[in-house]
Amino acid sequence: MKTFIKFCSILGLILSIFSHSLAAEKVDYLKTDWSFKGLFGKFDRASLQRGYQVYTEVCAACHSMKYLSYRNLSEKGGPEFSVEQAKAIAASFEVVDGPNADGEMFTRPAKLSDKFVMPYENEKAAQAANGGAYPPDMSVLVKARGGGVDYIYSLLQGYETAPAGMILDEGVHYNKYMYGNKIKMSAPLSDGIIEYGDGTTASVEQMSKDVTTFLMWAAEPHLEARHRMGFKAIIYLIILTTLVYFSMKKIWSRIESEV
Amino acid sequence: MSEHEYKPKSKVGQWFNDRLPLLTLANHLTDYPTPKNLNYWWTFGGILTFCLITQIVTGLTLAMHYIAHADMAFESVEHIMRDVNYGWLIRYIHANGASMFFLAVYIHIFRSLFYGSYKSPREIIWILGIIIYLLMMAAAFMGYVLPWGQMSFWGATVITNLFSAIPLVGEGIVTWLWGGYSVDNPTLTRFFTLHYLIPFLILGLVVLHIWALHVPGNNNPVGIDIKKPSKDTVPFHPYIVIKDGFALLMFMIVFAFFVFYSPNILGHADNYIEANPMVTPAHIVPEWYLLPFYAILRSVPDKLLGVVAMLSAILILAVLPWLDTSKIRSAVFRPLYRQFYWILVADVLILGYVGAMPAEGLYLLIARVATAYYFLHFLVILPILGFKEKTIPIPLSITEPVLGGNPNLAMAKQKESKIE
Repeated sequence: MKTFIKFCSILGLILSIFSHSLAAEKVDYLKTDWSFKGLFGKFDRASLQRGYQVYTEVCAACHSMKYLSYRNLSEKGGPEFSVEQAKAIAASFEVVDGPNADGEMFTRPAKLSDKFVMPYENEKAAQAANGGAYPPDMSVLVKARGGGVDYIYSLLQGYETAPAGMILDEGVHYNKYMYGNKIKMSAPLSDGIIEYGDGTTASVEQMSKDVTTFLMWAAEPHLEARHRMGFKAIIYLIILTTLVYFSMKKIWSRIESEV
Repeated sequence: MSEHEYKPKSKVGQWFNDRLPLLTLANHLTDYPTPKNLNYWWTFGGILTFCLITQIVTGLTLAMHYIAHADMAFESVEHIMRDVNYGWLIRYIHANGASMFFLAVYIHIFRSLFYGSYKSPREIIWILGIIIYLLMMAAAFMGYVLPWGQMSFWGATVITNLFSAIPLVGEGIVTWLWGGYSVDNPTLTRFFTLHYLIPFLILGLVVLHIWALHVPGNNNPVGIDIKKPSKDTVPFHPYIVIKDGFALLMFMIVFAFFVFYSPNILGHADNYIEANPMVTPAHIVPEWYLLPFYAILRSVPDKLLGVVAMLSAILILAVLPWLDTSKIRSAVFRPLYRQFYWILVADVLILGYVGAMPAEGLYLLIARVATAYYFLHFLVILPILGFKEKTIPIPLSITEPVLGGNPNLAMAKQKESKIE
């Protein structure tokens, strides 16, 4: 039993060393309190709704989010807009549908079942409009970057004047947290660029936090359900393990042997 | 063996059992005499069975929703994560289950190395185990390709390209493997097919592995042959079943922690970027469980020799029963081997670490030293050690040491109590 516990701690140590060594570049990212971290982590509903506003008014001009549907906006564990609100949001976008009975394609207002409308027809069009750089799809962006939410949060606030001696090409910007410090995207956020519906002051920091929270939800829409189930599962396992442990002790007490 | 005397109680049972002795088999499995001094390192066999079944069940469910097509694979995985009921749970169990499987298999292998479980008369069990391990690596590698992320694509490109190192026919073999001139849709569909097939091959080999185990019976921490059944053994059920069950539950807690609280920590962020043949990731890194072999591969400057070294590193294990010349099984009674054993463990961990690092400068030097040592351990140290080592006298029966921690001390105590 003792060796087993010892082994478990060694195991944990090895795993943490591994995960550390595998983690991408070790940069000191800006830190903030994420409500969705930890055993009971949940999204901040208001932040998600504000984050959606930032996404749709700022990011969506260039970045697609092709794996999300408008219905997701009213689903449990997400921004939880009311169904009416989500319908209204959807209806504000035009989608191409068809062909109709005459064989013609037509446009109609989006429905809840439609995927988020993409800003560009295709990847090439996106590149052409953005100086050759493709604005990545944001559906799983948080999971596709080494530093995760901290990286995105920092990047949005990492725009600075380039250090002396660094030559930046036309349309390239300096960002403290970008890999290689050069980024094609110009600083997307500035204080007061949008006006929050709930009256929150739209500072760059606030918007960065809100939109990153929104992106985290977009990448992990079932995060809350996962945390809830995880807690229950682990408690259940611990109780069962304890019961089995005592049963084992009892059974093995029939013979002169340690277990 | 006792199962030949087994007779079902009911008439129907007897009638059935005479025609298909399933009840005899069940009786053999429950009564199977197991050394009673097995420690928790022995519980990983059961844990591995659990891992295999978990992978098969979750894998079948995923296959119902996954689409093996270069244009749709990534999207279908997102569909599983978002829209399939509990799809996120099933996929995270499957993805982390692979890591858990390897974690358990490494412990299982290193347990065998420590207690000399590969030695006569258990060579066939060991070799079957190595084949299972090889198939596991193949299955895991192909499984990692299926989500069709950047690491999937480039990992597949790097690994399949290894075959081009074979003289003369190498290039042809690679084209044949790919089903084209690069990793593309035909590669994905065949990898999916093989990824689906291999677990069932593993399952069959596991049956053989257990069958072969049940002939000589389990090795044990003392490493001596024991009489079966005797006072040194306990019936598999309920003693070992409950103990394995307890260990499995502990394992499941660790497993659950990964699945529910850090499901992506063991994966690579780049695999959430859809495969793009035009963009190569900055570092192409395999999954953690393949890193030691990746380090060996990269530590050899020549491509062909690198591939040979990597394969040898695994295949050398198959001849281990004949490389280790010591008659004593358990490292408990081999003070020198015990030290070399821990050096080997450290060596493999170091290889794993440098495998994750860029192959340059100090990392490359460390990788080369560690690779050389890995082979030195098996090819030089082990054969010589068997002749040179002064071993500790082994006890005559496991009941003697099993009562206390230190086998020798326990033996002395036993004698004392007898005198009293």
